[in-house]
Amino acid sequence: MFENINFLLIREIISSILIIIGVIFMLIAAIGLLRFPDFYIRMSAITKGSTLGLGLILTGMGTYFNEADMLLKVLLIIGFTFLTTPVAAHVIGRTAVRNKIPFWGPTDLEEFKDYLRKEHSTHRDHERDNKHL
Amino acid sequence: MKTFIVHFLIAFVGSYLYFKYGDPFVPYNAIWAVLVASFIMFLLWLTSPTYHRSYFHKLPRAISLFVFFLKELVVANFRVAYDILTPNYHMNPAVLAVPLTVTTDLEITLLATMITLTPGSLMIDVSADRRFIYMHTLYVKDNDVESAKQEVKDGFETRILKLTR
Repeated sequence: MFENINFLLIREIISSILIIIGVIFMLIAAIGLLRFPDFYIRMSAITKGSTLGLGLILTGMGTYFNEADMLLKVLLIIGFTFLTTPVAAHVIGRTAVRNKIPFWGPTDLEEFKDYLRKEHSTHRDHERDNKHL
Repeated sequence: MKTFIVHFLIAFVGSYLYFKYGDPFVPYNAIWAVLVASFIMFLLWLTSPTYHRSYFHKLPRAISLFVFFLKELVVANFRVAYDILTPNYHMNPAVLAVPLTVTTDLEITLLATMITLTPGSLMIDVSADRRFIYMHTLYVKDNDVESAKQEVKDGFETRILKLTR
């Protein structure tokens, strides 16, 4: 049944499609990084687009090479990327808030006011520490 | 959770060894490898009611959470991509204080990670008394903050609660 199907060709087609979709997602994320209006929106664009793009590209690689070792490594890389990217994004976003990076004009900050006031009044350690410089 | 990790490792290593050193019935490729791993997992899952009763109900919920998360990831990515490629901005960003029903560290971490990976939303902080999380989100329809919050609570939080409680 399986003799007259060219598996290499099928694999190549599938992996090419996956890699192309991944690259397109990464390209779109990079364009978003350039043209979105403020820091936080750029962060959302770049972290997610690149995560999904990387996942698709690596899945394409695993499909192409078609070895157990390769699939193991690919799954490990995807798993650790999905674990670490949100943590990095969260830490960078929080640092930006603490350093008073402004939000885009139309952003609705109604529910965030209390937090901002508290954060900007209590966390002045870095300014105090850097006063002697 | 511990049972799941142990079972998953057994299934993973089992299918890996089967394809590497065994004499497979099926040609090796990614689809067959995933199918074999799922089959081992399924067998282990069927034996689980004898020693870990709740695990039997929880695995389907975990799978539904995972599938829902993947769907959200792809759908929201297309939404952001559309916004990037068309000349005008369609977004209406806001910072929401979402009230939390989840309480433990694991649940909050899981919720925050999933929210951050869903495009268009970014976790900023958990309030000190753990009653709110502050999330920056891009798409709030018609300035209706409450329905945007409700979307997060219905989508991810109820599924996580079903999984952990």
